[in-house]
Amino acid sequence: MVTGVSRDAGARCARRLAADPGIDTVIGIDVVPPRAELGRVRFVRADIRNPVIAKVIAGEDVDTVVHTGVVATPGSAGGRSSMKEINVIGTMQLLAACQKAPGVSKLVVKSSTTVYGAGPRDPAMFTEEMAPRAIHQTGLSKDAVEVEGYVRGFARRRPDVCVTTLRMANWIGPQTDSPITRYFAMPVVPTVFGYDARLQFLHEDDGVEAIHHATMIDLPGTFNLAGDGVLSLSQAIRRLGRPVLRFPSFTAASTAAVVRRARLADFSPDQITFLTYGRAVDTTRMRSEFGFEPKYTTASAFDDFRASLGPGAVTTASRLVAAGLNAGLGALRG
Amino acid sequence: MPVWGHSVADADVIPIGSGGRPGRGSGRRTTPSAAARALAGPGAAKARGARTAKTRAAAVESPAESRGVAAPGVQAAPEPGVQATAEAAVQGGQDFAGFERFIRETFGADGEAKIAEFLAFLRRRLTGDYEVDEFGYDPELTDQVLLSVLRPLAEKWFRVEVRGVENIPDTGGALIVANHSGTMPLDGLITQLIIADHTNRPLRTLAADLVFQTPFVGELARKGGATLASNDDAERLLSRGNLVGVWPEGFKGIGKPFSERYKLQRFGRGGFVSAAMRTGVPIVPCSIVGAEEIYPLVGNMASLARLLGVPYIPITPFFPLLGPLGLIPLPSKWLIEFGEPIRTDDFAEGAADDPMLVFNVTDQVRETIQQTLYALLMQRRSVFF
Repeated sequence: MVTGVSRDAGARCARRLAADPGIDTVIGIDVVPPRAELGRVRFVRADIRNPVIAKVIAGEDVDTVVHTGVVATPGSAGGRSSMKEINVIGTMQLLAACQKAPGVSKLVVKSSTTVYGAGPRDPAMFTEEMAPRAIHQTGLSKDAVEVEGYVRGFARRRPDVCVTTLRMANWIGPQTDSPITRYFAMPVVPTVFGYDARLQFLHEDDGVEAIHHATMIDLPGTFNLAGDGVLSLSQAIRRLGRPVLRFPSFTAASTAAVVRRARLADFSPDQITFLTYGRAVDTTRMRSEFGFEPKYTTASAFDDFRASLGPGAVTTASRLVAAGLNAGLGALRG
Repeated sequence: MPVWGHSVADADVIPIGSGGRPGRGSGRRTTPSAAARALAGPGAAKARGARTAKTRAAAVESPAESRGVAAPGVQAAPEPGVQATAEAAVQGGQDFAGFERFIRETFGADGEAKIAEFLAFLRRRLTGDYEVDEFGYDPELTDQVLLSVLRPLAEKWFRVEVRGVENIPDTGGALIVANHSGTMPLDGLITQLIIADHTNRPLRTLAADLVFQTPFVGELARKGGATLASNDDAERLLSRGNLVGVWPEGFKGIGKPFSERYKLQRFGRGGFVSAAMRTGVPIVPCSIVGAEEIYPLVGNMASLARLLGVPYIPITPFFPLLGPLGLIPLPSKWLIEFGEPIRTDDFAEGAADDPMLVFNVTDQVRETIQQTLYALLMQRRSVFF
């Protein structure tokens, strides 16, 4: 059973699992019907915030639950309170239902590296054991921390269930639609003046593969997943060839509000601190214990994403200048 | 030639590559190498030295041959260069081929290589085609820009004299522990430069969290190889075989009044020793004389500092009295001595968790640096010479 299949990431995970002949039936759960084609996945319209979910689990005799239903953007969920409802209450209800279902033997949770927060006191790289230094009071970061808290509680109460928590770096790729991809797709990219965040990305294909990997093999524990290497924010924007607008940090919140109102991208305060200070995670355990090798590095995942965007204004302008120079030189040469 | 749309006689006087001198030029300046190099990126830049010589030799020969032939042959010589440049321009889309040609003609053949290298650098910077490690360290920017800016300051202004460089290991990790002084952490930057120049290894420094909170400073510090002074980061750097520099006195050291110069403050909580013990790397004590006098701290605007959330706002004889002029450091004479390494790999397992042992080693390092400081001060003739 896969939750959150009406959104792209969930749908892709469900399709990938359904494509595996080793899995009999894949049930997709969400409140709204999915826009994407689900293929072999059987869609069941149910709300994880509602105890009805327990009946679905019992009725369909579910043995593995893949929880991808944590929402990152308040906009898509219909506001921040609704987002929190889906993330926290939804997870609680889902876990409560799982606890009552003796058939469930495996739980895979798609979490995020936002649980580590972002701030100036952060170590260069977070390992799975490290606690966040900067605690966020709002946004996905806080939700993810709470979701993981409930998941740990569930793992304690049901020691027979194999619980895998995947802390994934920001997904990126041609098909991903997230605050980060929208941010980079803006014609002029705003950044915080005087800071250059370190970013890590996970390619969407790797993310889907990792979910599949965790579902097929019993690997209990918490794992950081990210592509190798880091990109600094300025470097990423230069690669995109887009102009940068640098705002002092105290205007960041109001800039984000303007951007949100213009429906260009959806920022929460924790994303602003992420784009200010950045965050990198240690992926030693991803290889040693989880046994997963991402196909894309951070840089190549970003390049794949860039290819889907088309050239930015700076690239276009410099091409025009170069063409102009060539024409000018050609004219000089006669 | 049809490409030019002119008669052969006209084409004869086009001054491509002549650099203003009479005649057709030697042909060296129309080699395709410069344009190609500008586009080739870092890998090609290394092999450049060897290749340039060959290309030039070949290029010099070819016009000589063609000159012997009839008139059409005269024009054949510059053409490969022109074509290569034009092709490169079309391929790259945004290269600076035209600009580069202009530079080459203005500055002559010697400047050519340097300018090509610089343009390649500029191009990589502008398109984001460079590597940054997990700590945010940008080796290219550090070597080519940050350290080049510091070099005259160290060599001409502070006239740094370095001793005991042989005590820094050539390979593997080592922790360089130094005294901190001078109101502004210039000693850290200069030490980084000295080590880069003398050992050809980058020094990764550990900095306070205030550095990373501060706009620009934090950004540059990360790009210059600094990371947060914490055991996690220190051990991560050391276990990968990096040279790590640490100034355990921290703000107590750089912010101490001028009257207490060269008196070492408490060496933190000894975290640097436990990091070295866990990774088994040697500790190299480093004594820096001269940094105390660059901004003599005679007072502190404590209440304003508290308001701004910084450890201190200095009052020196020239700051804030002379405004920005007061920010120029005094040209004191610097001596930097690296002491004999203290091994940490022969301690028993779990030594890092023995606070008494850690304190003892911390004191040993501190004493070594303090004694060396006294010895260096005796040798120094005066503060400024």
